[in-house]
Amino acid sequence: MRESGRTHPAVLAAIWVVLLLAPTWLGLVGGYTALGARVLVLGLAAMSLNFLLGFTGVLSFGHAAWFGLGAYGTGLTLKFLAASTPLSLLAGTLLGGALGAALGALIAHRRGIYFAMVTIAFGQVFYYIAYRWNALTGGDDGLRGFSRQPLAIGPWRIDIVANGVAFYYFVLVCFAAAVAIMALLLRSPFGHTLVAIRENERRARFLGIPVEFHIWLAFALSCVFISFAGGLYALLNNFADPNNLHYSLSGDLVIMAVLGGMRSFWGPLLGAALFVVLQDYVSSLTTNWMSFVGLLFVLVVLFFPRGLLGVLRGKSPA
Amino acid sequence: MLQLLLFNVTNGLIIGAFYVLMALGLSLILNLSGVINFAHGGFLVLGGYLAYTLTPFLGFWGALIVAPLLTAAIGVVIEQTLIRRLYGRDPLYSLLLTFGLAYIFEDVTRYIWGAQGLPVTIPAFLGRPVSPTLFFITYYRLFMVAVAAAVVLFLFLLLRHSRVGVRIRAGTLDLETVSTLGVNVGRLRTFNFALGIFLAGLSGVLAGGQLGLDSTMGAGLLMPSFIAIIIGGVGSLPGTLVGGLLIGVASGVTAVFFPSASEAVMYVLMALVLLARPRGLMGEEGLMT
Amino acid sequence: MTDLHSARFVGANRVGRRAALRTAAAAGLAQLASPFILRGARGDTPLRIGMIDPLTGAYAAPARNEVMGAQLAVSRLNAAGGALGRPIELLVEDSANDVGTGVQKARKLVERDHVDFLIGDVNSAVAQAIAQVAMENKILHVVSGGHTDTITGKDCKWNVYRVCNTTRMESNAVADILFKKYGKKWHFITPDYTFGHTLQAALEVNLQRLGGIETGAELIPLGTTDFSAYLIKARAANPDVIILLVQGQDMVNCLKQIVQFGINKEVPIAGTQQELESLEGLPSEARIGTWMFEWYWNQPGVPHLAEFIADIRKVNKGRVPTARHWFGFTSVMTMALVAAQEKTTDAVKLARALSDFELPPEVKLQPNKVYYRAGDHQLMLSAFIGQARAEGKDDPDDLFAVDQVVAGDAVAPPVADTGCTLHWPA
Repeated sequence: MRESGRTHPAVLAAIWVVLLLAPTWLGLVGGYTALGARVLVLGLAAMSLNFLLGFTGVLSFGHAAWFGLGAYGTGLTLKFLAASTPLSLLAGTLLGGALGAALGALIAHRRGIYFAMVTIAFGQVFYYIAYRWNALTGGDDGLRGFSRQPLAIGPWRIDIVANGVAFYYFVLVCFAAAVAIMALLLRSPFGHTLVAIRENERRARFLGIPVEFHIWLAFALSCVFISFAGGLYALLNNFADPNNLHYSLSGDLVIMAVLGGMRSFWGPLLGAALFVVLQDYVSSLTTNWMSFVGLLFVLVVLFFPRGLLGVLRGKSPA
Repeated sequence: MLQLLLFNVTNGLIIGAFYVLMALGLSLILNLSGVINFAHGGFLVLGGYLAYTLTPFLGFWGALIVAPLLTAAIGVVIEQTLIRRLYGRDPLYSLLLTFGLAYIFEDVTRYIWGAQGLPVTIPAFLGRPVSPTLFFITYYRLFMVAVAAAVVLFLFLLLRHSRVGVRIRAGTLDLETVSTLGVNVGRLRTFNFALGIFLAGLSGVLAGGQLGLDSTMGAGLLMPSFIAIIIGGVGSLPGTLVGGLLIGVASGVTAVFFPSASEAVMYVLMALVLLARPRGLMGEEGLMT
Repeated sequence: MTDLHSARFVGANRVGRRAALRTAAAAGLAQLASPFILRGARGDTPLRIGMIDPLTGAYAAPARNEVMGAQLAVSRLNAAGGALGRPIELLVEDSANDVGTGVQKARKLVERDHVDFLIGDVNSAVAQAIAQVAMENKILHVVSGGHTDTITGKDCKWNVYRVCNTTRMESNAVADILFKKYGKKWHFITPDYTFGHTLQAALEVNLQRLGGIETGAELIPLGTTDFSAYLIKARAANPDVIILLVQGQDMVNCLKQIVQFGINKEVPIAGTQQELESLEGLPSEARIGTWMFEWYWNQPGVPHLAEFIADIRKVNKGRVPTARHWFGFTSVMTMALVAAQEKTTDAVKLARALSDFELPPEVKLQPNKVYYRAGDHQLMLSAFIGQARAEGKDDPDDLFAVDQVVAGDAVAPPVADTGCTLHWPA
């Protein structure tokens, strides 16, 4: 989907074909299925963040907190409450979404750099809770002792536990559902209002749009989406880790969105794919991979501020 | 019990003084240039490591002065080549750039000085306690407080009475007007950036003496500075001072009763302040909201 | 710093006898040069060992030492013709001290690189997550450096063996000695997470058995830099000895502050596990206390040890090996030895063969019988108990004076008490 238009049907079809066939072609180019699942999960997280960043124009630099809360919500549900994959995902999404909505109300009227700082700081609150509350979260050791469960759809049972390819498709279905809802939201009048706020907040205010309310709602929805992604991440690893909430992951998610192009719907997915593959590849070659990742940040900021899709399209500057 | 509490309030003030030192540098840069310097922790570690390398040649005292100056010089190079391109652009970009720089700093310091933690030798007399009862107050800690106090005093005099200081303060409030008055804003920002990084380097040397050096330590020291600034109010250096001391005391006292919350308490304090007074304790109305 | 990934060159770069390795080295180079090539038939492929360790982050120093030790084992083995007639290739991956990354790297090594064995991780949480992936894929896994008891306790797995100690072995090794030496009133400084809690609990059991008193325990949040609040309390409790259980950088900071505050002049300081990496990170005046090392380099009269020290010095800027070097070395050696003995890479057969498998003198490099206990897959390695030294005696790195070496099976709790029940695949 373009800004307000749509992604060309051919491009859209190509994206889905590539994603659908990933388990077959990944191995041929030196990848592996679990890498594909990771790209999907982090791609969804970056797209969720971009719902806020790219389409509402609000910079949250603490979104890993909601991602991690989704992961812990999912893990805790599987461990203590119910041995059901869908139920645990729902619980994780609700946990992150609800806390995100509550905190969003506190900060929705802040802007710019101040908003960024406050989101980082509040994000770290949840990081420290996960890190310190040993009895519930396992503390530094992380939350272990849960495992995703086979899916039961009517009479069929689908084994997504041991079968990596089946799990990939499960993630893909979840991903598709989430981005479909996201796309519908952005195409709705609500989505157009968000873009109007991003383009000119003052004008939007003059038009009688309740700006704070819209920003809060966008923030809350973005938290819901990213918590869902976090839940999938917990299922991918059968593990939840305090690092899932740390601000350094927030930074990685922002760079994914910017790298791919934060003005386009699919940009963050492309950014996530590039980032994840680059990190995975370089970190196998050298222990100094952090310098490469850091350099990527610098290069993107200096030379590709509009992201790859932005460059390809040559649209108006961000 | 009362004595224990008193000990820990004192102790908290000492830690708070160190937070202030770090946060002031961060605050200076944020106020004038609108850049949240995520690489501040990286500069801090760099300052510490430079002091480690310089100590055999210059001694502790020489390194204490020269290492921060070198750090500031590196800061100026980075400001000139990278950061200045981002002034006036969406804060997103400077945030991402310094975030990436933080990655590079951690990696480069580990590459140069190794993954193994390094001890920093401080003059022997500084490593002793002041008295048997006040055994937890070493001369080194007092020295850190003294440095922090000197820096605060210096900044106060500079910003209040020097020409460049007045310009920095004016620029914080209204950069456009300062610019139209014929002040070279670019040079002002570079100077201000160098000053901030000098303070980061100085904190690094002091932290090295207290904690030893480790390439990962910067990130852990960055967050308290953030909170100090938010609590004190963005745009206000006195606010940063109060914020730093406040979280130092709060976490010092909490460590007595509920150690596992000693970090969380800073964030709770921040949330309370934001609820009661959204612009921070001493933040300017309307600035950066 | 040597690039750890030079191990991709089959670890042969420092060894003379290369003829047998040419094909393997070529394969390794080809892979490095163009990683995205379709992998061909596996007829003459090397034996692949995947090693995952936190090469960046807080545990980078011990992790890199483990890798160095593993690399030494690989080059020695390859110089002698590899194992099963195949050269050995070590693939090193950085877990970045993050479980998600660790799991990802484990899957990468298994799915893409088709490794035959897995080694890792310093971080117990990552180690356990890797163990899970290894079990799903039926791959033999040696935990090189994660100490949490459950790895060879209630979460033990048929395919997982561990080289380093459990916390209960550590506690049992030191408890009697500390009691005799310092007295019966103990005060704990404990890191506030599972590792610290189990370590303290294990010491408390011993203290109770000996009829001692606990004057208190300070639970220290991980990553604490200022210990004064806790030390104020510990000193006020007036114990006979302060037992320091914090690890790594936290231990470094705590010891420094203890010395600065002069507490060590009033109360002796002791603890369980101490590492050369930590002592090296301390200023000399803070190298104090009674500790346990899991392995120490300065042991007069132990066969093959001098050679090991000399080989590590060559790649470690002249510095001596630490326990972490030995862990990495032993992990690789274990796999090569058992594979050679059984003439197979079948994980189930090898895991069975490792039950009560004894390490030969050229690997164990210490007195006492050192073997993997059949019941819980825990290596029975000796405990080295002694005193930290301010300055090295024979060598700048000789920072520990060993008083006593205790055999591992003398301090390990019986298998029945570990909570381990092994479930073998049908």
